[in-house]
Amino acid sequence: MKKTIILLSIVVALLLTLPLSAQKRSNQITTSGSTTVLPIAQAAAEAYMDKYPNINISVRGGGSGVGVAALQNGTVDIANSSRPMKSKEIAACKSKGISPSFYAIANDGIAMVVHPSNTVKNLTVAQIRDIYTGKIKNWNKVGGPNLPIVIISRDVASGTFEVFNEKALKSAKVDGTAQMLASNNAVVTTVASTPGAIGYAGLGYVNKDVKVIQVAGVTPTEATIKNASYPLSRKLYMFTNGKAKGEIGKFIVFIQSAEGQEIVKKQGFISLN
Amino acid sequence: MIVRKTKNSLGIAILGLMLFFTALFLIVFLARIFHMGYDVLSWEFISSPPREAMTAGGIYPAIIGTFWLTVVSIAVALPLGILTAIYLVSYGKPRWFVQIVKIAINTLAGVPSIIYGLFGMAIFVNLMKMDVSLLAGSLTLAVLALPVIINAAEEAMRGVPHEFREASLALGATERQTILRVILPTAFPNILTGTIISIGRVAGETAPIMFTAATFYSRRLPQSPFDEVMALPYHIYALMTEGTHAAKQVPIAYGTALVLMFLVLSISAIAIAIRYKIRKTRKW
Amino acid sequence: MISYKDKLFKGITYVASLFVIVFLFGIIYSIFREGLPLFNVVSIKEFLTSTEWYPTHAEPEFGIYTLLLGSFYVTLGALLIAIPLGLGSAIFISEVASPKLREIAKPVIELLASIPSVVYGLFGMAFLAPLLREWLDLQTGLNIFSSSIILGMMVVPIIASMSEDAISTVPKSLREASFALGATKWETITRVVLPAAKSGIIGSVLLGFGRAIGETMVVLMVSGGSAQIPKSIFDSVRPMTSTIAAEMGETVIGDLHYQSLFAISIVLFIITFITNLITELVFLKRSSR
Repeated sequence: MKKTIILLSIVVALLLTLPLSAQKRSNQITTSGSTTVLPIAQAAAEAYMDKYPNINISVRGGGSGVGVAALQNGTVDIANSSRPMKSKEIAACKSKGISPSFYAIANDGIAMVVHPSNTVKNLTVAQIRDIYTGKIKNWNKVGGPNLPIVIISRDVASGTFEVFNEKALKSAKVDGTAQMLASNNAVVTTVASTPGAIGYAGLGYVNKDVKVIQVAGVTPTEATIKNASYPLSRKLYMFTNGKAKGEIGKFIVFIQSAEGQEIVKKQGFISLN
Repeated sequence: MIVRKTKNSLGIAILGLMLFFTALFLIVFLARIFHMGYDVLSWEFISSPPREAMTAGGIYPAIIGTFWLTVVSIAVALPLGILTAIYLVSYGKPRWFVQIVKIAINTLAGVPSIIYGLFGMAIFVNLMKMDVSLLAGSLTLAVLALPVIINAAEEAMRGVPHEFREASLALGATERQTILRVILPTAFPNILTGTIISIGRVAGETAPIMFTAATFYSRRLPQSPFDEVMALPYHIYALMTEGTHAAKQVPIAYGTALVLMFLVLSISAIAIAIRYKIRKTRKW
Repeated sequence: MISYKDKLFKGITYVASLFVIVFLFGIIYSIFREGLPLFNVVSIKEFLTSTEWYPTHAEPEFGIYTLLLGSFYVTLGALLIAIPLGLGSAIFISEVASPKLREIAKPVIELLASIPSVVYGLFGMAFLAPLLREWLDLQTGLNIFSSSIILGMMVVPIIASMSEDAISTVPKSLREASFALGATKWETITRVVLPAAKSGIIGSVLLGFGRAIGETMVVLMVSGGSAQIPKSIFDSVRPMTSTIAAEMGETVIGDLHYQSLFAISIVLFIITFITNLITELVFLKRSSR
């Protein structure tokens, strides 16, 4: 019995000392975060690595929350986010000795999408809120066909949801029947194959299989998003610990450059200016 | 009598129908994966990294990532598993301790894979500061593979006839020599099959590596155990749920699934074939 | 007489088996350490019975009742499909089929048990769900029904191969006695073979249950993900495992949301642990007979 306990504690002690030499090399950049920013980060990483073959950039998804969390824990170099950092998160960063810097890298609009067969062309922000909280359950209440509304939403922790929550829902709770999907991609695919569906996704994800409707009479376009007249517009960010220096800094400068912004456009987003 | 006969034929027909439905589903399933996957399969697909925002190119880094995850995890789990099995079979004292170890093995075997993922994240990634890395993922997978390997090794060693052991001891060999030179070599083919089956399981797991090892995109192959890696199963999931170009990514997901299935199934088929052969040739 | 080498070797094997215990306690320790602090804020009763799952809301609510329901419905559906198919196939293979078919079917079933779950998920998401939506004219193909089918087919090989083992250990003399008394094959199967193999079959079903309720990738990809009380089998649900997988990446380490996901994993662990314990008891009963 005594022997067992002694050996057991030795085993535990051995296990705990196992990993201590984790070290990041300087030519390795890791990014993680928003699935909305993912295609931009991925495509930019690809182009950047073509230019500088000795650098490796690893791109992970997860969601805006995971990026910020990973930055707080010091496990990534760049956190991708589809929303500004929350004051709570900034405080959490500071308490862990991380001083975050914020870099806008693209503009994006959250497009409200419906099935192509749907005749509805425009919804007010209030109508969108009533649909998502379950007050309006049929398209005929908002000038559409007699068809039950299928609510498609994003996972509550995604950056897209948070912006939608803030700008459209005003923090009202999404109805329990809503399907909470894990990605923009899944939202678009589901809406495209579901006649009564309404969903929302980053503009870059919208394709011809779904119909984009106006919000409060404004169509999401390059101009309306840049001048913020479209109600559901936002900026996409990269966060770093301290001012971005060295290879990390060069990578962010690359994305903000004309060449990088071409990539942004090619992925379906709106360039910075 | 007629009633009984009709009942009999009807019952057997229903049983046959069950097998038929099972087979039908599996045929549709395999045909779909194979058909869709085959279209994108090419040398370039398995030898180059993804390109053009994951809509073109191949899955080479994911294949290599899965390879390393599997190798490292088995390299950790195999010795641990065999040594544990030796203890259980050959020494087996004190009894209460053996009981506890057995309960632990059985409990580990039933733990859902997502909980392994949480464990790996909490312990290896966060507590031990390994970050999301090949090492953290491999260790998580090693813990997951351990009960399978122990059970296989234990069963294999118990299958070695008692006379072998007694003969060896009678000739003056020590317990250790008996284990290492008689029991292990005899049990080896069966241990091998068990290990190979666990390789198949480890290579296909997604949930345990989601938070411990996997990354969406990395062009370079892993250079050290502390690099994060792409992996085939996670790649399938990521292609289906992340990225902007669904129409172009679904076929790639099918192609990746075909490669993964091919690897896992051929590994398992080898194991089953070896076992089949052992059963035929061994006389004890 | 025993040399130090022998002692050392014995010691090494002993230490190795300690690892197993350390790992199990590591798992239990990590999920309880990270998950239990939630209950300082949310009562266990509220956690288990509230239907409000709003973990990231300004005033977060952590009720997993709908998630528990989701897990149970999907698992139940999977077993409703897997038990008849798996058991039926097992009986057919061992009692009716020719030895030749048996030689082929047995390894094929084992092979199928090793297909990665994410591939099943892909099949369900990209093929079955759209197909069912079109055929049955549903609002969405990602629902209890389609995830039950996929999950059920994943469990079939487990139930089939284990009950086949149990059935084939039933002594031949029992069957022969039954036939000699003039019983038909069907009567022999239902009244002699199945009762004799009962505990092994129940064990295989429990194992299938444990596998289905703990499965993550299939439900994550196919169940739709709404945290609601489903009104029909064509509604989407959000099982516990997929909640953990979908949201864990989004949390800040140590905050309430993070803790709540670990708390879900505690519930999941307890469910699978108890299932496992019962399975062991069933098997122990068999081996002592």
